[in-house]
Amino acid sequence: MIFGGIAKNLNQAIKQRVRAVYLRLSEGIPLWSGKGSFNVLSTAIIVFREILEAALIIGVVMAASRGVAGRGVAIAGGIGGGLLGAVVVALFAGEIADAVQGAGQEIFNAAVLIVAVAMLGWHNVWMKTHGREIARHMSEVGNAVRGGSQPVRALAIVVGAAVLREGSESVLFLYGVAAGSGGGIWDMIWGGALGIAGGMLLGVALYRGLLRIPPRHLFMVTSVLILVMAAGMASQAAAFLVAADLLPTLGAQLWDTSALLDPRSLIGRTAHTLLGYDARPAGIQLLVFIATLAVIGLSMRAAGGRPPAARELPAR
Amino acid sequence: MRIASFASFAFAATVALFAVTQAQAADPVFTIVIKNHKFEPARLDVPAGQKIQLVVKNMDATAEEFESSDLKREKVIAPGKEVTISVGPLKAGTYRFVGEYHEATAKGELVAK
Repeated sequence: MIFGGIAKNLNQAIKQRVRAVYLRLSEGIPLWSGKGSFNVLSTAIIVFREILEAALIIGVVMAASRGVAGRGVAIAGGIGGGLLGAVVVALFAGEIADAVQGAGQEIFNAAVLIVAVAMLGWHNVWMKTHGREIARHMSEVGNAVRGGSQPVRALAIVVGAAVLREGSESVLFLYGVAAGSGGGIWDMIWGGALGIAGGMLLGVALYRGLLRIPPRHLFMVTSVLILVMAAGMASQAAAFLVAADLLPTLGAQLWDTSALLDPRSLIGRTAHTLLGYDARPAGIQLLVFIATLAVIGLSMRAAGGRPPAARELPAR
Repeated sequence: MRIASFASFAFAATVALFAVTQAQAADPVFTIVIKNHKFEPARLDVPAGQKIQLVVKNMDATAEEFESSDLKREKVIAPGKEVTISVGPLKAGTYRFVGEYHEATAKGELVAK
């Protein structure tokens, strides 16, 4: 009954928002900004920047789930669910920001990141326990196995979480391009499409690059990558909780490497996603990074001796 | 679905854990307004060595993302809304920030003294 009421309210609120968006869009906003392709390009660059992290994560996850049956569907589901969530989060950006005495946005971001960290850790531990089994199955049954559907679902949640976080910002930005700032709907469409295509290209490039690793080493590499990625996300979550005044900094800035590797550059952003690079980490971030490495790493060690049975994979 | 419930548990636990927060103490408050995709004021003098609260109001019809890698803060501000960003304690110096969605015009800096 309570849930019914909440659902009804939510439904109404969403309808209101959608109507407001529709009204704005139909208020005679120009279809083309008249500024030529400049707006398309600048829009594309910002969208590319926003979705970069999600694209890289998808690349890693696809490589890590290589050979598992139904992974495409699961991960596409993660992307779709994330997108849907992103639109809802974008519609309620104001409410989320106001929640929990103004710290709602930081807590939300931290919570989404922590879910992803938990899923990545769980995936790695699961693979340690069952990896060898899967590899044996793979050589018996061919290439696809059912056994890996559990960890693939965990990875799909990771993908959904990444799309949710990055996607909601893109949605807000693209809406702004279409509705305000002298932009146009076509700027939004072309800029958005170009930006997304660019992000996808990079994700595919990373995936293809990872697949060049010989199959017997691939899973070891992806599990290390996932481990480090999880630690980086945990440290990012800690940074959000510092921003929400919920965690102490333990040293506001341990060092500053922004001159060495600009965190806003393409390489800086990639390093941020894959390795948890932060140009000006707070003490608590380093602590959380190391603690996450230790917790997941030790759990993996406890779960199974040697690296996940990659050596038994058929070379294809 | 076991994983899904595990995921939502982790999410709920995080939110619940931090849902009970204490209101910010009497830190000095500074207000910045975003209008026509510009910050007003674009330069703000703030005290160094103590926490401050930055209130950013977005008077535009579209969302903006306050972003500062100098301050290590990023926050989306819905149209017509305001957010409070807790900053510092800062060392003396200049800290730049931008509106990520309109970086060409939305630029500003905090000068901590």
